[in-house]
Amino acid sequence: MLDLALSENIAALPTRDAALKRFGRRDARFRLLTLAAALLVVAIFLGIMVSLVTGALPALKAFGWGFLASSVWNPVTEKFGAFAAIYGTVVSAFLAMIIAVPLGIGIAIFLTELCPRALKRPIGIAIELLAGIPSIIYGIWGLFVFAPYFQVHVERGLIQVFGNIPYLQDLFAGPPYGIGMFTAALILSIMVLPFISAVTRDVFETVPHLLKEAAYGLGCTTWEVMWRIVLPFARSGVVGGAMLALGRALGETMAVTFVIGNAHHINESLLAPATTISATIANEFSEALGDRYVSSLIALGLILFAVTFVVLAVAQIMLKSLERRSGGKSA
Amino acid sequence: MNCAIYARRRVVNQIFLWLSTAAAAIGIIALVLILYALLTNGVAGLSAKVFTMDTPAPGSVGGLANAIAGSLTMSVIAVFIGAPIGMLAGTYLAEYGRHSWLAFIIRFVNDILLSAPSIIIGLFVYQLLVLRMHHFSAWAGIAALSIIVIPVVVRTTENMLLLVPNTLREAAASIGAPRAVSIRAVTWRAARAGIVTGVLLAIARISGETAPLLFTAFGNQFSSHDLNAPMASLPGVIFNFANSAYDDWHRLAWAGALLITAAVLTLSIIARLLESRQR
Repeated sequence: MLDLALSENIAALPTRDAALKRFGRRDARFRLLTLAAALLVVAIFLGIMVSLVTGALPALKAFGWGFLASSVWNPVTEKFGAFAAIYGTVVSAFLAMIIAVPLGIGIAIFLTELCPRALKRPIGIAIELLAGIPSIIYGIWGLFVFAPYFQVHVERGLIQVFGNIPYLQDLFAGPPYGIGMFTAALILSIMVLPFISAVTRDVFETVPHLLKEAAYGLGCTTWEVMWRIVLPFARSGVVGGAMLALGRALGETMAVTFVIGNAHHINESLLAPATTISATIANEFSEALGDRYVSSLIALGLILFAVTFVVLAVAQIMLKSLERRSGGKSA
Repeated sequence: MNCAIYARRRVVNQIFLWLSTAAAAIGIIALVLILYALLTNGVAGLSAKVFTMDTPAPGSVGGLANAIAGSLTMSVIAVFIGAPIGMLAGTYLAEYGRHSWLAFIIRFVNDILLSAPSIIIGLFVYQLLVLRMHHFSAWAGIAALSIIVIPVVVRTTENMLLLVPNTLREAAASIGAPRAVSIRAVTWRAARAGIVTGVLLAIARISGETAPLLFTAFGNQFSSHDLNAPMASLPGVIFNFANSAYDDWHRLAWAGALLITAAVLTLSIIARLLESRQR
């Protein structure tokens, strides 16, 4: 590129002024080009919002606020409600977070405090490779390998163990399908685990050594240092990482679609098939007939986008505030 | 002095440290289990036919040639569209915008797009292109994929450009290089390995993307070179075949899954090597 700029014979231009002007014009043009590309990012974002809202309008007009509350999903009578899908999305993501957050923090503690130096990099990379595996791979693995195993070896046990305990027997009731809410949550938790552990490890490493050493000097155990010093210091980063993972879990499509069972009703039992917003769209969109059906699916997408937007925005804010405090280190 | 408290603290410490180690073990075991299943099932499904024949009807012999070609075509074009846009936008954020409010907004929106559900992008492109053109097409798939490429490249480009020491920029300015020349000839060049990393990560990301292709490129049973027609993609075929009831389709789905994972993991390992060189 440099060659391009200098290959032209600047000396041939009549004056130094003309040469400078030409450079100035090119400079301005390049700046505008980069600005246009940057604005395109915003335009895409706005475009997504506008297209979702316009696409969802017919359904929202037809069903009103009832769309959010109704769990009827009947393409034949063209009656649609989002509640079952919203319920499935929220519950599966929430369960996944309950499993993945402690595991992710555990992995971060292991990597920063316990791991032998020689193993630190390989293990860190292995965990991050989990993040690189495409979600459809989790889906196919969940469907063909995990779900059958889970059905035979775990779900039966759960049903027997919790069968006579009040409340819990409702959560783990019914025949062991293998696929269902619980399986989806487990697959999701494996998927988002690397996001949590990577962010958490990074923020753990920003904790000043002085603080930790002071605590050790007072006689704290490793765990007490982690729990009382490191975690509180890195709190907003950990929450930010968890929110980032939650955003992923809410919108995850392929991994969930394979293993959740795609049933449009709400079942108390976690072992029963359910559905999520993204699974519904993935399964039904290309086969949806009728404007109202398509529009209802887009309305589901709008709800998903709104929810993930809020979650991801909170994640950004939490992570940014930590970044500022630790002296503008880019995460 | 109470020895019981000491003992308890020690035990608690031990328990939680063991739990942390167990957490790391669970993560690694999960990775190993997935890779093991992929290898055993995928290798069993692999054969020369996978690369030479198109996707079959159930019960007949076939391969994944059209899906592989479709995925490659769409990914390559999407990267050629998305990566330059992402690079330019990342350059704006790192070189011109830096601390301005506009750059702040763009950065925020970009980070949201980076983690936004990809199926939403599929819906957007469906409304934008498929509805207008009245049919599914490879172009729509390409549009969806390039929208996924852009934020990834923006983020890494900006991060990598910020790593370039300011003294380099000052040196360029002091010999009279205009800003645009100094960016292209000095900062881009200094951050080249990092920017390539971003592009590789973006390729890795889109080569496994399924959701945004389902109702944009849709899929095609046959080889197609027409970008205005529906086109098969590897993840799309895996989705359809894995959800079917036929064993031979399942075998092909596993073979495809192995191919995608191998490609994605290779790309991310190369990206990681490049990145460590950059830093």
